[in-house]
Amino acid sequence: MSRGLPLDAFTIASEVRSHERSARSVVEEVIESIERGDSEIRSFVSLMAESALKRAEVVDEIVANGCDPGRLAGVPVALKDNLCTKGAATTCSSRILEGWIPPYDATVVEKLRDAGAIVVGKTNMDEFAMGSSTETSFYGPTRNPHDTTKVPGGSSGGSAAAVAAGFVPLALGSDTGGSIRQPAALCGVVGMKPTYGRVSRYGLIAFASSLDQIGPFARSVAEAAALYEVISGHDERDSTSLLKSEQETTEEALTRGVAGLRVGVVTELLDAMAPQVVSRVREAADALGLSGADVEEVSIPELRYALSAYYLIAPAEASSNLARYDGVRYGLRVDADDVASMNAASRTAGFGPEVKRRIMLGTYALSAGYYDAYYGQAQKVRTLLIAAFDKVYERFDVLVGATSPETAFELGAKSSDPIAMYLSDVCTIPSNLAGHPAISVPFGSGEGGLPVGVQVLAPALHENEMFTVGAVIERAASDARNVGEAAT
Amino acid sequence: MKLSRSEVVHVANLARLDLSEVEVELFTEQLGLILEHATDIGALDLDGVEPTARPVPQENVMRQDEVRPGLDRRDVLSSAPAVESNRFLVPRIIGEEP
Repeated sequence: MSRGLPLDAFTIASEVRSHERSARSVVEEVIESIERGDSEIRSFVSLMAESALKRAEVVDEIVANGCDPGRLAGVPVALKDNLCTKGAATTCSSRILEGWIPPYDATVVEKLRDAGAIVVGKTNMDEFAMGSSTETSFYGPTRNPHDTTKVPGGSSGGSAAAVAAGFVPLALGSDTGGSIRQPAALCGVVGMKPTYGRVSRYGLIAFASSLDQIGPFARSVAEAAALYEVISGHDERDSTSLLKSEQETTEEALTRGVAGLRVGVVTELLDAMAPQVVSRVREAADALGLSGADVEEVSIPELRYALSAYYLIAPAEASSNLARYDGVRYGLRVDADDVASMNAASRTAGFGPEVKRRIMLGTYALSAGYYDAYYGQAQKVRTLLIAAFDKVYERFDVLVGATSPETAFELGAKSSDPIAMYLSDVCTIPSNLAGHPAISVPFGSGEGGLPVGVQVLAPALHENEMFTVGAVIERAASDARNVGEAAT
Repeated sequence: MKLSRSEVVHVANLARLDLSEVEVELFTEQLGLILEHATDIGALDLDGVEPTARPVPQENVMRQDEVRPGLDRRDVLSSAPAVESNRFLVPRIIGEEP
């Protein structure tokens, strides 16, 4: 399945730091493998070959001078195309931002550079991150590397596919309602959404500001944790960045083991899911039990209301955030006689159908006479949901469930049915509404041999417990795979 | 929750979107279905429950009011659709017919 460089981030960094391999050769190999292998997958919308090679030379020079370029020295990283890169196109996979060149770097881009990592390109996504299949991209869909007739999930489908295909060991995405975890599950990689406020959103093009959070993709929990550590921390340029969020190192958490941890298997995150997904989640929970965790099933009825609340809150915030695309300061302009007509003509030509649908929905939910009934009510449900989580976390340290109701579906299968598409996020949305961290870890396969992801949820700021459990699930998956291979 | 065509046309105008007849038709149906799905939370009695606007409690952040460099004006203007002497250019506003 791997079409690229199968090396992990730690190997690359250690070899670059110890002169065994040059960052330049890593980048050359990665660019070459993407150019050769991505025409079928289409995980990238643009490559940054020139700046990546330049950056690699800087890293090599730092090593040559006997200094340390950082823990991700020479590691190629792909960025979802809603993360601003100074001097390099950032489109949100939307026509309205075609040709726009950001005048600044996102904070996460600066942090990657400070750690020695090298941004090699920008990945495809659902337009403005609105979608669960990467099919609403203006640039066309990305395909699942496991089966190119299937979607990679979304909205960060390009980042998930790029890591799954082996083009890059690490990628960043953004998660508003599951946009990191769901594609990670569908592509068989690790994807994680940090606590709201852990990672600066400065330079992340806003979709729904109270829900958006940047997070890592990797092929292992340890690599995802390392990337998360690099990008997290307070940033005064993001007013929602947590002040007291010094993340203790994740290293110890990854090997701590789950003995004595209280794990809740959430009924609502299993109900009505595909049978093989349910089986994998139960097997993962059993593995946690065998490793010494106290595993118990728990019902959180309030989770059933999360989807409805989300599909009012997120579009409402989006309709406000996307008001800035008016043909004046950046992006597409379609000329007309007066300003209002120019605004409308530009937006009409620049936004695709899903974005228009959400803007319409959000505008309606916020409009006079409906605000209290829809947006106001959804905000109260959010309070209810957070209280329900708080109560459950008195009894449990972490929760587990499915990440996605099903494995990767056919391209086009849900394109004309918005509600069916929205249901793809039913398991991931609650963590966004609550601002909690959650991770998806691959665990075996389901229908057609396609990957299944198990989701681990934790309370705010408890990423480490989440990583501990994720690492044990990952080991159990690898043990099961080895047993399976030995049997055949 | 059924939506009327005229409500959809009104909302499109608020959102500065020109919808075709076909889109008005489609959105009237689809937005109606999505709002229909939301009747589950509409039915909840949440009187007295405080709304949550952001998931993590926040405090105001203050800093010294000192001069710092901003973005480079040329960089910012270079991505604008139309520019005239260091300004964003838009179609005529003043003097328009009301």
